[in-house]
Amino acid sequence: MDWTGRDVVSIREFSKDDIEFVLKVAERLEGELSKKGSLDYARGKILATLFFEPSTRTRLSFESAMHRLGGSVIGFSSAASTSVKKGESLADTIKTVEQYSDIIVIRHPSEGAARLAAEVAEIPVINAGDGSNQHPTQTLLDLYTIKRAFGSIDGLTIGLLGDLKYGRTVHSLAEALAFYDVELHLISPELLRMPKHIVEELREKGVKVHETTDLEGTIPELNVLYVTRIQRERFPDEEEYLKVKGSYQVNQTILKNAKDGLKIMHPLPRVDEIHPEVDKSEHALYFRQVFSGVPVRMALLGLTLGVL
Amino acid sequence: MPELKIEVIPEGTVIDHIPAGKWLKVIEILGLTKPNGGTLLIASNVPSKKLGRKDIVKVEGRYLSEEEVNKITLIAPSATVNIVKDYKITEKFRVGIPEEIFDILRCPNPNCISNREYVKSRFHVVSKEPLKLRCHYCERTIEGDEIPGNL
Ligand SMILES: [Zn+2]
Repeated sequence: MDWTGRDVVSIREFSKDDIEFVLKVAERLEGELSKKGSLDYARGKILATLFFEPSTRTRLSFESAMHRLGGSVIGFSSAASTSVKKGESLADTIKTVEQYSDIIVIRHPSEGAARLAAEVAEIPVINAGDGSNQHPTQTLLDLYTIKRAFGSIDGLTIGLLGDLKYGRTVHSLAEALAFYDVELHLISPELLRMPKHIVEELREKGVKVHETTDLEGTIPELNVLYVTRIQRERFPDEEEYLKVKGSYQVNQTILKNAKDGLKIMHPLPRVDEIHPEVDKSEHALYFRQVFSGVPVRMALLGLTLGVL
Repeated sequence: MPELKIEVIPEGTVIDHIPAGKWLKVIEILGLTKPNGGTLLIASNVPSKKLGRKDIVKVEGRYLSEEEVNKITLIAPSATVNIVKDYKITEKFRVGIPEEIFDILRCPNPNCISNREYVKSRFHVVSKEPLKLRCHYCERTIEGDEIPGNL
């Protein structure tokens, strides 16, 4: 597959073959990297990271990926320090930056910004989050993490926990998992259930979906538990929030009945939805997940630059 | 066709097969409610084989452009348009729903980049029946009353 010049804006545009291809290339690069320490596929290439809103860990992950590929990085980490603040249009910023670089990674607070940037730019654009819409590299690194941990995604029983109503990460992940032969447990408070249209779509695609509010009772079923944060502002009153928060905290007590091989994931940063005591257990996969971001982003950068 | 016999106009546009009750929205969208918008002949709740009941709007002295027709399509997908010249129908077209809709509908998401930058709005048709559109930029879907509300 030749991906040279391709934009990565939305996971919606990925077929199962596309996903599998990226994961395969990422695995190859991870292997090469651990053998050689650093690679030089992107030598002489420049990545521009345009972060119109701060997201330090995503930016560092992309920058690390580009450096690991032997390329270099320019960019900004918040709109405050740029001409955007003076009222420059996104289109003008993109047209300017592409004169200095070979590929653009953009994060922007408005939904659709990455799509617009991709339409304006001649060079490839990778979406690192557009408002509450898409964050496709997160979805791909989540899939990669699961695949590396289990060898295969097919056949797994996966729990998605937390704010399933507003959480863009879990929506995209669930939609991507629908390509695979998986069973999904959607675990959330009543108020924060997965939107009906997504649940229906998953079922139409043949995924066995269970919706529940009961974390403790569901844990023994799971191979993977994907935890997301529940935000206070989603609840009408403090009392209700605290009740929910308490019953969804992942700690050693609640993990008593878990399968031995259960892996816990989290897009990070976490607050207190996973107790730190879990970090040292065999279940914790979330730091590994952070690491996965690098080979996956290396794959996407390298493929769209056409240097692999 | 007996249904078109109702008050033939000399010059203008006849919009037929509007779902019953939608005539007011049709003339609003077309900007025909203004005092200088020309004479309108409206027939509402007309018996129709196809729709049960339908509305008809006749606009004297004005030929609708294709872009305007597209706007009607979104609230009256069953509508047909007849262009009348010298008491005769010279053109007749059934308006279908295109695969994509450009520059007609505003995205209801205030945080969508299409509402913040100089960009022409663009929607993909996800389903025609019932009509459901997805914003090309923010990827939110829009359906039902939200569609005419954002024309
Ligand atoms: Zn939009």
